[in-house]
Amino acid sequence: MSKVKTFGFDTLSLHAGQQPDPATGARATPIYQTASYVFKSPDHAASLFNVERAGHVYSRITNPTTAVLEERIAALEGGVGAIATASGQAACHLAIATLLGAGDHIVSSRAIYGGTHNLLDYTLPRFGIQTTFVDPRDPDAFAAAIQPNTKLLFGETLGNPGLDVLNIPAVSDVAHAHGLPLLIDSTFTTPYLCQPFSLGADLVFHSATKFLSGHGVIIGGLVVDSGAFDWAGSGKFPTLTEPYEGFHNMNFVEEFGPAAFISRARKEGARDFGACMSPTTAFQVLQGMETLPLRMQRHISNTRAIVEFLANHKAVEWVTYPERPDHPDHELAQKLLPKGCGAVFSFGIKGGRDAGQQFISRVELLSHLANVGDAKSLVIHPASTTHHRMDAAALEAAGISEGLIRLSIGLEDADDLTEDLDRALRASQKG
Amino acid sequence: MKLKTSFGDLFAYTGARDHKKDQPAVVFIHGTGMDHTVWVLPSRYFARHGFNVLSIDLPGHGKSSGASPETIDEMADAVIESIQVAGISTAAIVGHSMGSLVALSAAARYPDHARSLALIGTTAPMGVHPDMMASAQKNDHDVIDMITYWGYSKSAQLGGNENPGMWMAGSTLRLLEKAKENVIHCDLKACENYATGLEHAKLVRCPTLFILGDRDIMTPMRAAQKMVDVMSDARVCPLTRTGHSLMMERPDALLDALITIV
Repeated sequence: MSKVKTFGFDTLSLHAGQQPDPATGARATPIYQTASYVFKSPDHAASLFNVERAGHVYSRITNPTTAVLEERIAALEGGVGAIATASGQAACHLAIATLLGAGDHIVSSRAIYGGTHNLLDYTLPRFGIQTTFVDPRDPDAFAAAIQPNTKLLFGETLGNPGLDVLNIPAVSDVAHAHGLPLLIDSTFTTPYLCQPFSLGADLVFHSATKFLSGHGVIIGGLVVDSGAFDWAGSGKFPTLTEPYEGFHNMNFVEEFGPAAFISRARKEGARDFGACMSPTTAFQVLQGMETLPLRMQRHISNTRAIVEFLANHKAVEWVTYPERPDHPDHELAQKLLPKGCGAVFSFGIKGGRDAGQQFISRVELLSHLANVGDAKSLVIHPASTTHHRMDAAALEAAGISEGLIRLSIGLEDADDLTEDLDRALRASQKG
Repeated sequence: MKLKTSFGDLFAYTGARDHKKDQPAVVFIHGTGMDHTVWVLPSRYFARHGFNVLSIDLPGHGKSSGASPETIDEMADAVIESIQVAGISTAAIVGHSMGSLVALSAAARYPDHARSLALIGTTAPMGVHPDMMASAQKNDHDVIDMITYWGYSKSAQLGGNENPGMWMAGSTLRLLEKAKENVIHCDLKACENYATGLEHAKLVRCPTLFILGDRDIMTPMRAAQKMVDVMSDARVCPLTRTGHSLMMERPDALLDALITIV
């Protein structure tokens, strides 16, 4: 029996979505830094506005440089299409706003990025969208929280801050049994470590600011459509199955089939919310994605070395990383994340909040800042930064101890990182 | 548009516009395991330009009920009955791959209903790789991979979609995955068993345009020449650097070619 030979992940990371520029022969993706595009004739203009021809009208909606990035992430995730956005938060919002409106409800993992938690818990309720937060380790809790008005289940491949591994196959089974899609934030893992669609997820978004670009010079996001969810069969998504007056009564499922979601997201959300990615940003993300497989391998090998180093350090109380046998999701991680569990993890320093502050003030190679996924190693002490207003009890309720340090391991020589960490850890214990 | 036929309730996409009396008509016929969504762009174009469009989901495909016909001629019968139910007397008939055989059979056997003919990614006879057939018989995923990836030129497998932000191979995979059980096998058997293609080509009376990809490995360009040679009014529009999935790989060039025959 013939097996079809398709291009591999590394090849797609370099090439997907791009052909040498037909106008100039440029091998690299050109930066089409333009707001708009000249129509060939009035009829050509009408044919673009009426979705009769492929092409570009206005860069808020599509752009040739951005389109290469969108196609590349869709290829790497195994989806039908993608939309690049101004940030990961914009990608998350675009996914939600394409499907939900006032009166609708989300069931979300409670172990999620703080920015997303803010959006779900505080901001979206102002627009009539409520969220119930559940334990990501309990698929039954997702099922129990589903209401008649629930439209979406949401989680992250690796939760925050405990690196809870989301059982995507089990949670997607729950979602699909209720006629609901599962949206996944896959920022920490990238498609190199995890392809959520192959595990049953329906929609994925990324903060492209992190590992996908890898250089920490841009803010960007991507939302990807698997094309697999049966919107018509679900019967819960009139934005996709009923005529949309805002686009000449377009019926997205009828006209675009598997691409219904991403088509509505572009023709409504990209057009009306306007949180588009700039072409120059798209170019910079593409430069990063060309080396995604190589960088992720190094991120993982360095992370494993640092985890091992910290686990044996006398100033360290604990290390949380799913590859360690004492992590609650160790077995699941081996199954779902065999190539590695990312490069962001936490450890507890002996001496609590004061020791944490001492440690942070003494690192010299690692950078103290609020980001992850850079090629450079990063560190933050939540109790003295992002969560500094919280007392010990409030921190505990958020799953954060006073001595918790979060690391994002980069691509430096591992022994340089351990040396920097060792020096700062020793200093932290001197009071 | 729903069309009640002896083959079942068939769905036909109209290009998002209602039909009007006395407009010319164009009928689009999809390939193996697919549906009307592969024709959205040209359907919308011709609908806006004063055509009554019928992009038909063949019986058992897409949104149409009924069983998938076992022969190309039966599929052609379903198409002709559909256009009659829709109140259309004569139409430009456009078909891709298996749909091109259906279009050929319809134009040959019902010449009064065919104003012109466009055969896209075609050849007759249309042999089917035995591994493809075996996989289709088992309803496993390999046949979907074969139709998808063998259907695109190698460079198109890397993307560069004219339709911004869409991954061509992913879109085709998802569409074929939605095909009902046994439909792909039934379609492939119909293609393989259609032995009267050259005879039908001789019977065609209307102007015919062949739109062929020069990197099509499923229905190679040179294989279609036999059909061209026996037709009285046929011409060829070759699309360069293009495989079998011409609607996805070269939507604008394909539309420009169709405008010359529809």
